[in-house]
Amino acid sequence: MSVEALTRRSRLPLVLLGGFAALAVSIAVAITIGPANIRVGDVWASVAARLGFGESGLSTIRDGIVWNLRLPRTLLAAVCGAGLAVCGAIMQSLLRNPLADPFVLGVSSGASTGAVLVVVLGVGGGVLSLSAGAFLGALVSFAFVLLLSHTLGGTTDRVVLSGVAVMQLFSALTSFIVLTSADAETTRGVLFWLLGSLSNAGWAEVGTCLAVLVATLLVCGGYARSLDAFAFGEDAAATLGVAVARTRLILLCATALLTAVLVSSAGAIGFVGLVLPHAARALAGPNHARLLPVTALAGAVFLVWVDTLARTVLDPQEVPVGVVTALIGVPAFVLILYRARGAR
Amino acid sequence: MTVRDGLCADRVSRTLGGRLVLDGVSLAPSAGATVGLLGPNGSGKSTLLRLLAGVLAPTAGVVTLDGDLLDDVGRRAVARRIAVVEQHTDTQVPLTVLDVVRLGRIPHRKTWLPASAEDDEAVRDALEHAGLTDKVDRRWQTLSGGERQRVQIARALAQRPRELLLDEPTNHLDIQHQFDLLNLLVGLPVTTVVALHDLNLAAMYCDQLVVLDQGRVVAGGSPEDVLTEELIERVYGVRAVVTREPEGHPHVRFVRAAAPSRPGATVQ
Repeated sequence: MSVEALTRRSRLPLVLLGGFAALAVSIAVAITIGPANIRVGDVWASVAARLGFGESGLSTIRDGIVWNLRLPRTLLAAVCGAGLAVCGAIMQSLLRNPLADPFVLGVSSGASTGAVLVVVLGVGGGVLSLSAGAFLGALVSFAFVLLLSHTLGGTTDRVVLSGVAVMQLFSALTSFIVLTSADAETTRGVLFWLLGSLSNAGWAEVGTCLAVLVATLLVCGGYARSLDAFAFGEDAAATLGVAVARTRLILLCATALLTAVLVSSAGAIGFVGLVLPHAARALAGPNHARLLPVTALAGAVFLVWVDTLARTVLDPQEVPVGVVTALIGVPAFVLILYRARGAR
Repeated sequence: MTVRDGLCADRVSRTLGGRLVLDGVSLAPSAGATVGLLGPNGSGKSTLLRLLAGVLAPTAGVVTLDGDLLDDVGRRAVARRIAVVEQHTDTQVPLTVLDVVRLGRIPHRKTWLPASAEDDEAVRDALEHAGLTDKVDRRWQTLSGGERQRVQIARALAQRPRELLLDEPTNHLDIQHQFDLLNLLVGLPVTTVVALHDLNLAAMYCDQLVVLDQGRVVAGGSPEDVLTEELIERVYGVRAVVTREPEGHPHVRFVRAAAPSRPGATVQ
């Protein structure tokens, strides 16, 4: 018997260490790239000075570019990439659907409707910020999906179908509002936001998103084994001692909440949540205790680089990051599926 | 009512979609026995197994484990006692044989902690019992139907159950694999309730038989007592000749139904 297979101990700590190192290097390099011509050493010295090591040789403005623009933006890219990828991985396992992504529950379309209501129609009377509007819209659409899927029987296929229906409804609402009420300038702004953009990143967004990401990872990490049990369906999970209905509700709520927070800060960045889990599965295998952290790190590194590309490739114009994720993601997706073909 | 050891259904009924699928069925397998559930399609075998597994709740009656209601025992504790092998299982996830068998340890494992020595031992024993030790690295998707059933049984054994419930595990298997699988089952030190289609396999391998028809128990007892020509005609609507094999168990030979005779036509 291949006893080795049984006693083979996880190399997870090593993999995670490598992942964190790759992320740190990616962030360190990404913040040195940008339209303002700042030397690499100066960038790092400036960050080090802020963290209490040595002194920054930069002027206040250039120091501000590094600390208040580039660094929070890069960190937000990492947090969004990690969060969207993890949400996608959980959705795909929970709903047993390889096409599921964080937006399958209608959260992104609800968020866009909320944002458009605030921007275009002035709902909230100036008190409600755009991201608060997006967040509320996301929660409303998710509540709608939960209610609808519960009414229809609560099984996973009903959840997917309800999500698709609600997504279509809110997308149509958004288009309707934009087409009937917005001027060209607002439409352009809304479109940019619909496609996803990290250009509004500040430390406040980084803090909120990171806090919710960590909380969600802790909650979902506790359900890693329950997610494994879903491989053969909900009945099989139940006979393995998983409280199916409760697990499904908690995981759906946790991922929807995280997605809502991310979308209200950075818009609906597509494709990360769909593609990265598949790539991570090829790397880490199907066990969620390994898969979830690897997916998070892969998503973080991926989005840091994609955003760097998005803000530099057509410099000084910025490409919405969601456009770049799709342009890179589609061929990557095809490649992954092509390579996985032999293993089936 | 006295407290019974083991898994026990007491006058359970269940409606599904407005139809009464089970109607006051009682079942109390003795410890270590192999109990065969027989009956035509739609007679309630699968539903009874789902009630026994605690996946479905009875609309009337109770299912108890050592005298406690399944609901009171709790999902995880039930999964440490009762393992289930479903009729048809499939997954999109690229799992290896070892991955699948390890799923059986989920009810025993603690959150955040890695697998213990006991977990590994249970998985190794299960693989050995099921004769899968040389296939641990095979992908689920590359396995034949018989191998998949074996892997699911190994996964069930890794749960270290005392009760094992199987829903027509021999379906779609060729005759050799049917024998292999049932030989494996009756050799296990657990109480087994298995739904079967083939009356002769049931007669050969089961200690007790329970026959369901339209949600009711119409016969129960040893294979000799249960499998009579009269019962087969009544439940399945086919004529059969039942003989006794040298080993002692009954053998069922079905008789081809005569073609309906045309009135007026006489055969010289």
